[in-house]
Amino acid sequence: MKPAPFRYIAATSLAHALALKSEYGDEAKFLAGGQSLMPTMNFRLARPTVLIDINGIDELSAIHLSDTGPTRIGAVTRYRALERDAGIARIFPLIREALPEIAHPQIRNRGTIGGNLSHADPASEMPAVSVALQARLRLQSATQERWVAASDFFLGSLTTDLQFDEMLTEIELPPPNPRSGSCFMEIARRRGDFAIVGVAAMVTLDDNTQCTDVRLVFCGVGEMPVDSGEAASLLIGQIVTDDAICAVAASAQQMIDPGGSVHATADYQRHIAGVMAERALTTANRRARDGQ
Amino acid sequence: MDSDIHDITLTVNGTTYNGRVESRLLLSDFLRHDLKLAGTHVGCEHGVCGACTVLLDGEPVRSCLMLAVQANTHAISTIEGLTSPGGDYHPLQQAMHDHHGLQCGYCTPGILMTMTAFLDENASPSEEEVREALSGNLCRCTGYQNIVDAVMTAAARMRS
Amino acid sequence: MSTRTFGQPVKRNEDRKLLTGQALFVDDVELPGMLHVAFLRSQVAHANIIGIDISRALQRPGVIAAYTADDLGDYWRHGPLLVPPPPIPGTIFNERTHVPLAKGKVRHVGEPLVIVIAESRYIAEDALDDIDVELEQLDAVVDLERALKAGSALVHDDVGSNVSARVRQTKGNYAAAAAKADRIIARRFHYEHGISSPIETRGVVAQWDQRASQMTIWDTTQAPVFVRNGLAAMLGLNERNVRVIAPFVGGGFGPKIMMFYPEEVLLPWVSMQLNRPVKWIEDRLEHFFATTHERGQIHDAEIALAADGRILGIKDVFLHDGGAYDPYGLTVPINSQCTLLGPYVVPNYDSTFTQVFTNLPIVTPYRGAGRQHGVFVMERLLDLAAHELDIDRAEIRRINLIPADAFPYNNEIIYQDFAPLSYDSGNYEPVLDMALNAIGYADFRQQQHEARAQGRHIGLGISCYVEGTGIGPYEGAKVQVQSNGKVSIATGIGTQGQGHFTVFAQIAAEQLGIDVTDIDVVTGDTDQFYWGAGTFASRGAVVAGNAVNEAAKVVRQKALKLASDLFECSEDDLVIADGKVSITGVPGKFVTLGDLAARANPMRGAVKPGTEPGLESTQYFGPPSGATANGVHAMIVEMDPRTFDLKILKYVVVHDCGTVINPMILTGQIHGGVAQGIGNAFFEKLAFDDQGQLLNASLADYLLPTSLDVPRMELDHTVTPSPLNPMGIKGAGEAGAIPVGPLFAQAIEDALDLKNKGVELLEIPLSPSRLFELTRKAKG
Repeated sequence: MKPAPFRYIAATSLAHALALKSEYGDEAKFLAGGQSLMPTMNFRLARPTVLIDINGIDELSAIHLSDTGPTRIGAVTRYRALERDAGIARIFPLIREALPEIAHPQIRNRGTIGGNLSHADPASEMPAVSVALQARLRLQSATQERWVAASDFFLGSLTTDLQFDEMLTEIELPPPNPRSGSCFMEIARRRGDFAIVGVAAMVTLDDNTQCTDVRLVFCGVGEMPVDSGEAASLLIGQIVTDDAICAVAASAQQMIDPGGSVHATADYQRHIAGVMAERALTTANRRARDGQ
Repeated sequence: MDSDIHDITLTVNGTTYNGRVESRLLLSDFLRHDLKLAGTHVGCEHGVCGACTVLLDGEPVRSCLMLAVQANTHAISTIEGLTSPGGDYHPLQQAMHDHHGLQCGYCTPGILMTMTAFLDENASPSEEEVREALSGNLCRCTGYQNIVDAVMTAAARMRS
Repeated sequence: MSTRTFGQPVKRNEDRKLLTGQALFVDDVELPGMLHVAFLRSQVAHANIIGIDISRALQRPGVIAAYTADDLGDYWRHGPLLVPPPPIPGTIFNERTHVPLAKGKVRHVGEPLVIVIAESRYIAEDALDDIDVELEQLDAVVDLERALKAGSALVHDDVGSNVSARVRQTKGNYAAAAAKADRIIARRFHYEHGISSPIETRGVVAQWDQRASQMTIWDTTQAPVFVRNGLAAMLGLNERNVRVIAPFVGGGFGPKIMMFYPEEVLLPWVSMQLNRPVKWIEDRLEHFFATTHERGQIHDAEIALAADGRILGIKDVFLHDGGAYDPYGLTVPINSQCTLLGPYVVPNYDSTFTQVFTNLPIVTPYRGAGRQHGVFVMERLLDLAAHELDIDRAEIRRINLIPADAFPYNNEIIYQDFAPLSYDSGNYEPVLDMALNAIGYADFRQQQHEARAQGRHIGLGISCYVEGTGIGPYEGAKVQVQSNGKVSIATGIGTQGQGHFTVFAQIAAEQLGIDVTDIDVVTGDTDQFYWGAGTFASRGAVVAGNAVNEAAKVVRQKALKLASDLFECSEDDLVIADGKVSITGVPGKFVTLGDLAARANPMRGAVKPGTEPGLESTQYFGPPSGATANGVHAMIVEMDPRTFDLKILKYVVVHDCGTVINPMILTGQIHGGVAQGIGNAFFEKLAFDDQGQLLNASLADYLLPTSLDVPRMELDHTVTPSPLNPMGIKGAGEAGAIPVGPLFAQAIEDALDLKNKGVELLEIPLSPSRLFELTRKAKG
């Protein structure tokens, strides 16, 4: 389990990294935290011929917080930095709740949010969280940049909208609605494993505790994060009841198409998705109502 | 694309080392076989077992998921640097000995590196927090109970 | 007086090296000019080999050599039959042992085809891509029942079927007992065990010294003496010219036994061919295929009962997955067959198993070694019986326990050690009572009722087992007092974390009156001790420990004799303590053991005829048969009835392994066993597809329990010494792991009230997903 040969280049700046990627294209991979890439290279399942190390690019690991405007997180921000950031925890409790579910402390010390999103593992937590938070992703190449909604970024298992010469450089999160509550929960065989089913839920209420916005995004149940916002929209305009939540969960269950794995049958995943949706929406609604 | 060679300089346990490494050389292999610091153990080479955990600039990381070349200019700490220069145990080493927190001892270096860093950050952990922090280190011998007890004891001794 | 340390929780002598990163493991061996090995392994489970072309690999820079089976010449031969079948009349056994490199046919994924030797492991792995292999793929034999049907593909064509072995053992007359029974309960049980997955994988370093004609092999083996003897024969060397060192070994649990794995056999040969040291370290991916497994059995079992719950008899017919080759004979299924009987009076028993060849990796003992499978069947049968006869589940166990006055208790069948399955000693009822008390059995129904009222689903499990331990043939030990007053002990077994460096020192300290830290123990080096069998079957402390005791007793006698000669006094007036021999009641009149050792090796003067130099002794111990330990585990779980998420609220072990040498180390053995049992019961599953491909060959998908999955355990024990050895000890290595499967099944059924919902948990491993499927099926 030793990686196949490759050429290693430590990029000295973002421009340098993007120039290299533009030169080497699909043969090259960016090396961020390496916590997904290195295992696949050790198994020789991935054999990039060039690795462009972007860990030394300081501008990619900045966090710009805002309570009222967009918060921007550099792509090479490590999970651990997010975990330790009191502002992130305050403004985005959904992120705070999801982070401990991601692997183990040693992995979070090294793994980066941009690397994780670019890897696009369908069972991974952050892609679903980014969709639930309506993140916008900044994709840059040597010659241009564009912004893509997280919901449009993920195209399939381990597949994104990133072009051969592009890097995800920044994640932009709009401020959560006032009086919103969120919840992330997942079922995995062991703490830190990829989710059998994970769910990110957000509920926004008005002054009469009627729901004005709701988001419900699953991980682990399809080829990419599954946005069940349409099913959840049933709640909008009403005071959220248990019955309504159950109806949403039942509807969401029908909209997903889990693939099953060695850990769980597809039917179990579908069943659990319903249970998780119920519980997460109930918790998110309670938190919104109680101002937590 | 052929591999290539890099000259690197890093510190391990405070000592500066210069190395010439192939791009693909894993940090775990570099420490063990180039620097002959074989106390860092390799268990899975895919980042799950935690045996190869070392500190990178003070933070526990898997040395099997890092390239040696990436350690250039950084400070690494390994099990060999955990005792005092006079050979005295770190309080966690002592507590592991006192509580029979190791059997075959193969996972032990990774556990010591993970949990000493944890105790530096959390001086008064709960048992649940200890178990959470330890969950990225697999041990096949002990059932973890004595390791957890050792960490709790070490925390108490370090506080007093 | 020095403090008595035998029986005390003495801290371990071996810890310092391990805690400071200074212990030598096989991969730590670095030799000048050392080469590195990688294996090309079969990607398919069953195929004819049409051709292998290694020419491109040999041209790769840094590659030194590569060999196929054909290149091995006469060195290619089948491995030894490690454990022949016990002498049970009527036994069918088709011996087909494994080979160093596949020739003609591959029989499981991961079977090695080519060995590549290069300047680094990295380059050796690169070269695997250069090898062209042409295979004609065949249907894989995976399913145990289909394997035995006519028309199945054959793992070994010349056998004519996929039957590796068939054994029937009987006691009494089951048919007659069944005819008189008030109730017969029959079920089918599936039990799968997994892989040992020590955190250190296997590894071998071989160094041939041509000038000295000396072969040195560092090997992660549990049985270095066997390996030395076998390899010497294969290599055409004298045993004295082969030294096998099992240094610190990072966990074994069975599969690191003397398997004569292809890598163990090939590396020394390659070292001789190339006259260079060579190293192979198994990587984690290889471990899933290249190291032996334990896997599945299917039992069709029935129990005949009297109306009051007494067992009248048991009949069991089971299939055992043996894998592609059967070098370990019948040890695993015989353990299942024997251990099923447990601590209970079973007057009539009729058990037949068929060991089946499959296109899967070889099955050999892994901690428990088939005992789990048998315990599961028996404990589940009793749970079913309790339910059907409306008897309390603890009570049905109690009334069937072998009474304390019935020992030795002969079960009238043959055990894996070729001896009759006779329990040496035991007192089972107090162990059950202590466990019931510790788990709070009497109050549990009330507690469960109250929890249910709060919407919580808790359940309790309790299961009993016996464990055959400490089997022969023998071990030896040399105990030697050095002239510096320190004592050295050498034995032939290997050690993988069991605390041998400490418990053997405690045993010798008891006889020689010196501090445990002044005793240096060497295990696993064939140049330090020539004879022995190895560390397996919970036997190290029992067999090697007693050998140490015997040798230390002789050294004690020698010391007393030397001192009595010196002081011209009676030996009765002497006392050994604090590293010296003193005359009772005469302060200051003493001689140190070190001085006596020096006197025992004089430079001048006559050595009396009949005496030997040195204050040392080598002694051997071989028990007539194994010692039987026993225990009861109890557990309370909480289940989420919708997700089937499980949390263990309380876990209790009460255990009797005879005299305890070191309770701290014993506790560690139990903790670790339980953790592996939990893995087996609820986390670990080897998921093969129908073509023999393993779908979860990584530690991300093969789920070893973490610190969050193993609960705090409460332990207690009783002591019923074994009469089979002077110290009265029994083994403990496997006790923690054996009864955990039925405990989970019973506790989960209890928590979710499954019995009344028509759901029976008759299989291991379980998982939330599997529980969902089983309960859904029952709902229809």
